[in-house]
Amino acid sequence: MITITHFLVLGAILFSLAVAGIFMNRKNLIVLLMSIELMLLAVNMNFIAFSYYLNDLAGQVFVFFILTVAAAEAAIGLAILVVVFRNRGTINVQDLDEMKG
Amino acid sequence: MSFELIIFYFFSAIMVAAALRMITAKNPVYSILSLVLVFFTSSAIWLLLEAEFLAITLVLVYVGAVMVLFLFVVMMLNINIAQMREGFVRFMPVAIVVSLIMIAELVLVVVSKELSFERESNFVSEMGNTHALGQILYTDYLLPFETAAVILLVAIVAAIVLTLRHRVQTQSQNPAEQVKVKAKDRMRIVSLPSEDEKKY
Repeated sequence: MITITHFLVLGAILFSLAVAGIFMNRKNLIVLLMSIELMLLAVNMNFIAFSYYLNDLAGQVFVFFILTVAAAEAAIGLAILVVVFRNRGTINVQDLDEMKG
Repeated sequence: MSFELIIFYFFSAIMVAAALRMITAKNPVYSILSLVLVFFTSSAIWLLLEAEFLAITLVLVYVGAVMVLFLFVVMMLNINIAQMREGFVRFMPVAIVVSLIMIAELVLVVVSKELSFERESNFVSEMGNTHALGQILYTDYLLPFETAAVILLVAIVAAIVLTLRHRVQTQSQNPAEQVKVKAKDRMRIVSLPSEDEKKY
């Protein structure tokens, strides 16, 4: 019998892998963006699992909006990435220290 | 072991393997392709949860648009892969420890309290997932739906404005200037004394 715990554990594993990806690829802006996408996917998995087991469609509507916002975020993020590369010639996070933060 | 469980384990095994490949791949192109595999398998798992519309949306929007955009950007930029890998090994132990702790915590939270939701009647599946989702989206969630449309519009405008650049060298027409032009901008009328009178 497949239970909600299966899906929640799968979501937890995916989310932790995304966190590990952020830790390991600190220099690579593209993989950082992709790790964020993976995190959002893990969250969506939990939403859909709860929506199925609670028989409530609100969870799926929420996933719909998360997908929309994530698509917009990816588009703007990649546009910023292209502009940064055009101006600086690199997307190394270490080199982006213009503001001396 | 039921058939559903076998399918679940099959796809989640592929999914976790592909996610691991994504965060460890040397070349960003391989990590993008691994993420595409993650999206495909998670779409299969969402089908198992009877979320047909979102499963197909994930494939169409994410694999078809967002990941292709990622691939396009990676191939367009000239990235120094060796430089990108700096610190990868140095932060690996920290990453493994943190993610293991996180997995342990989250699993403990999930398992600690018995979450036994029994699905009773599935009134949704009689109507079809897409039909039910559309019905709820255009009635109860109409305002959030329109807000999402505005967000997408803002994203389109922002992406175009950010990457737009005016090149000085290239020859291009400016329609506004062309429309605004008057006859006196192009032609100058000068009055000269007639040559005929002087000669003859």
